[in-house]
Amino acid sequence: MQPTNITDPGFFHKVVDCQYACPAHTPVPEYIRLIAAGRYSDAYMLNWQSNVFPGILGRVCDRPCEPACRRGRVEEQPVAICRLKRVAADYKDDITARLPNVPTAKNGKHIALIGAGPASLTVARDLAPLGYDITIIDDGNAGGGMMRTQIPKFRLPDSVLDEECGYIEHLGITRRYGERVNSLKSLLDENYDAIFVGTGAPRGRDLDLPGRTEAAENIHLGIDWLSSISFGHVTSIGKRVIVLGGGNTAMDCCRSARRLGGESVQVVVRSGFEEMKASPWEKKDAMHEDIPILNFLVPKEFTHEDGKLTGLIFEKVKAEYDAKGRRNLVPAGEPDIHIPCDDVLVAVGQENTFPWIERDIGIEFDKWGMPIVDETTYRSTHEKIFFGGDSAFGPKNIIWAVAHGHEAAISIDLLCSDKSLGDRPPPHVTLASQKMGIHEWSYGNEISDDRRYLVPHAEKALVLCNIKAEVELGFDPVLALAEAERCLNCDVQTVFTENLCIECDACNDICPVDCISFVDNGDEDDLRTRLNAPAQNLTQDLYISSDLKTGHVMVKDEDVCLHCGLCAERCPTGAWDMQRFLFNTAKATDKAGSSCCKS
Amino acid sequence: MSFLPKPKLHHPGLGCNSLGFTKRDYEGAVSTLCAGCGHDSISAAIVRACFELDLPPHRIAKLSGIGCSSKTPTYFLGNSHGFNAVHGRMPSVVTGANLANRDLIYLGVSGDGDSASIGLGQFAHAMRRGVNMTYIVENNGVYGLTKGQFSATSDKGAKSKSGATNKDEAIDLVGMALQLGATFVARSFSGDKGQLVPLIKAALSHKGAAFIDCISPCVTFNNHQGSTKSFDYVREHNEAVNFLDVIVEKEEIIVDYAPGATEIVRQHDGSLLRLRKLGESDYDPSDRAAAFTFLEQRKAQGEIVTGLLYVDPTADDMHDLLGTTTTPLNELSEATLCPGGTVLDKLNASLR
Ligand SMILES: Cc1cc2nc3c(=O)[nH]c(=O)nc-3n(C[C@H](O)[C@H](O)[C@H](O)COP(=O)(O)OP(=O)(O)OC[C@H]3O[C@@H](n4cnc5c(N)ncnc54)[C@H](O)[C@@H]3O)c2cc1C
Ligand SMILES: Cc1ncc(C[n+]2csc(CCOP(=O)(O)OP(=O)(O)O)c2C)c(N)n1
Ligand code: SF4
Ligand code: SF4
Ligand code: SF4
Ligand SMILES: [Mg+2]
Repeated sequence: MQPTNITDPGFFHKVVDCQYACPAHTPVPEYIRLIAAGRYSDAYMLNWQSNVFPGILGRVCDRPCEPACRRGRVEEQPVAICRLKRVAADYKDDITARLPNVPTAKNGKHIALIGAGPASLTVARDLAPLGYDITIIDDGNAGGGMMRTQIPKFRLPDSVLDEECGYIEHLGITRRYGERVNSLKSLLDENYDAIFVGTGAPRGRDLDLPGRTEAAENIHLGIDWLSSISFGHVTSIGKRVIVLGGGNTAMDCCRSARRLGGESVQVVVRSGFEEMKASPWEKKDAMHEDIPILNFLVPKEFTHEDGKLTGLIFEKVKAEYDAKGRRNLVPAGEPDIHIPCDDVLVAVGQENTFPWIERDIGIEFDKWGMPIVDETTYRSTHEKIFFGGDSAFGPKNIIWAVAHGHEAAISIDLLCSDKSLGDRPPPHVTLASQKMGIHEWSYGNEISDDRRYLVPHAEKALVLCNIKAEVELGFDPVLALAEAERCLNCDVQTVFTENLCIECDACNDICPVDCISFVDNGDEDDLRTRLNAPAQNLTQDLYISSDLKTGHVMVKDEDVCLHCGLCAERCPTGAWDMQRFLFNTAKATDKAGSSCCKS
Repeated sequence: MSFLPKPKLHHPGLGCNSLGFTKRDYEGAVSTLCAGCGHDSISAAIVRACFELDLPPHRIAKLSGIGCSSKTPTYFLGNSHGFNAVHGRMPSVVTGANLANRDLIYLGVSGDGDSASIGLGQFAHAMRRGVNMTYIVENNGVYGLTKGQFSATSDKGAKSKSGATNKDEAIDLVGMALQLGATFVARSFSGDKGQLVPLIKAALSHKGAAFIDCISPCVTFNNHQGSTKSFDYVREHNEAVNFLDVIVEKEEIIVDYAPGATEIVRQHDGSLLRLRKLGESDYDPSDRAAAFTFLEQRKAQGEIVTGLLYVDPTADDMHDLLGTTTTPLNELSEATLCPGGTVLDKLNASLR
């Protein structure tokens, strides 16, 4: 193998598993260290710069970082990255003085953002400090999009939404709330320099089964039903409720139903329990609220009597795998079952719909009715129209919407500066030694053996009778510190200097996870089998030196390195050093320099 | 030196041996030796050897004298018995312990100062008595612990870090062990675990006095230009005569080397040593007289011969020679151990 080029930021970026997995590439270990140091406001601002909604995401993020966390590969559970983010939000001081200044002299460019969800708000946050005149148009009465209308208050209280949407709305942005855009053509006529479409995926998929029309009164589309709750239009439901579907919406529906009078609430999914789209913690929370999840049942028919729903008939299925390992659901050959109920909530998926976009204005749509959007620039086939969030590539989640928003903002800024959209600014990267003394580092390199701490919950009886009562209470500072100590500081990189190495084996001997080997070079497949511990995780790279004096090369399997720094402590010549790798994706706001996000 | 304990987290694929222990279970406290000290690598090799041999940690006794090398038993086999003797006195303590309890596996760890200077006489008698033990000298040519004075194994003409030249002849512990009747004699290098680990395994499964002279650079006082015990010097002058595999009972022997180049030696305990000859030399480790000549010739050429240099797989140990009881003393009843005045009188009478 060729020696690793560590000057390519891509190499160390990948080592920071959580940050790499985060769509917005939040510098996770850096903010966790700030939390451990009690610097909550600094941790908050670091988050705010990259993911815009730390308090919101610290409660409801889909957390792609956690399954990626290295800790989950060396013990059972990842670091509670998401819930630590909430700690920064909960315990910070007033940070309003650290928010960006909005220039009084505008740059003369006018941008319209349709929809006030996380995608649009991110674009607004990134462009307003540069002097753009921003107008947000949303058919609701408050900002936040689905974060406000769909996500139940017991997971995300309004106060948190108000605060974090407010930080952006107060950057001198024109809000046209309560207004629906019914024609993109007429909005184009308002002569904006660019338009960003962040209208989400607003339509719930229906289930067209026998009995659907007859029993319509008691069959509700999940996402519509949830927004009716948040608007206060729906305040009760029948005692026996069936929720169809296995994603986030289904989990929010069943838990909401338990709070509005549902005594026997059951979730029914077609596939197996393990394959459900909902996250493991969402399923756990639902089951904790006495909601059973029944699997391998395909709904066949709504039963009804005198125009009133009486229940649902399900066919039992089982999973069969074909030669290619693809799963098919086939009839189990058992009799159908009937589950009686008073109401059904249909949460089987969400769709995009753009009835308000004329098809002759230069935006091309594919055969599924989705706009054709560039995956790097987020521009549609219309020069001035951009898409992001759920409206771009279908329903995802908040953090993806934020990531899209950042990139779209860069594109809009490039467009308005007459630059090529391909000319994207590179990430900001620094690599600096953390050595303070012979065995002293400016980060805590002692590895905590603690297992993941659970976030305290409010008492079940209390939350089930008040749909607005928040269930999770968040970590207190003591628990937060203990959890923060579990972080392995994966951004503090092991950096190897071959010409200093005397091949004494000290690093190889001390390494608690057998990461380091000195072996004859070979091609990657062969090398992976010849290391101290075979490197079987192909998603993690090998770090390889050039030839050493004996002709061996140093090979480090990045997979399970604890970043404990013991290799560097035991190295007599300083051939190993621990260096902090800070990586921040470029943001449009960077141009505003120090006036933005004062820290 | 590190202050932090080694993290308990380990590689998820870390394997267990037949006793259900992982390699990590054979470790000790974190080392306080200088970073890069060769002795730490020998500790790591001991850990691996004991793990691979499935040795029950509580059946091992590790003993040492004084010196950096003699400190190392704290850094391996944290669940075994240990004894830190007076400077140079480890061999007598092992001899006594072995007489009392012959069932433990004895591992003596010493330095070149500890064994070739102050403890030379002790070393000699443990070898000639055939004490059933593994005796490892972590040989760095200096008194590391007392700041790097030449030891008795320092080569004539070698330079100290401060520039002084050693004028005295070096003691070659391998040659002495051969002469004194050790039945397993090897030399190795801390920087070559591929060679060292099997040698330690073979020594641990050998019955009788097994001696390993392990060159182990002192990075702080003896790893400079002009030293003959530095990493660079040893790597340049190392002449390995063979490569060893240790096959414990039950494992199948797969002969995958060209015939003639491989030799299989069966030891007392049933373990098999598979020796692959290296280089030009047709070195025969069962020929003691030839070993002497070979070592002398190569030494004259400035080479450091490593590998398994001599083995007598059918050797007897001290207990066989003395005809002692096969039962460890702590398993004998008080009545057997102190049979009383009548038996003593009888014994005395028989000697008159
Ligand atoms: C029940 C449910 C629970 C969820 N839970 C989570 C969760 O826990 N974590 C997570 O990360 N994600 C969750 N999501 C997904 C998340 O809410 C969305 O992915 C995210 O809000 C998408 O953001 P967006 O900016 O693309 O648009 P949205 O948040 O969908 O906002 C779009 C806004 O545009 C408005 N709009 C639409 N069309 C027009 C128009 N023509 N004119 C004017 N305004 C218009 C809409 O009313 C809405 O306010 C959940 C979704 C649902 C349905
Ligand atoms: C009776 C006695 N004499 C002298 C000393 C001082 N002393 C301590 S360690 C040592 C030499 C150790 O050298 P070596 O065995 O080679 O160990 P190293 O530190 O090199 O590993 C000496 C002379 C002592 N501790 N006790
Ligand atoms: S241990 Fe810390 S830095 Fe490493 S992946 Fe997990 S959260 Fe990120
Ligand atoms: S930091 Fe060094 S010693 Fe620690 S786990 Fe990583 S490679 Fe091993
Ligand atoms: S002084 Fe020499 S022998 Fe002692 S610990 Fe340091 S390097 Fe090792
Ligand atoms: Mg010494």
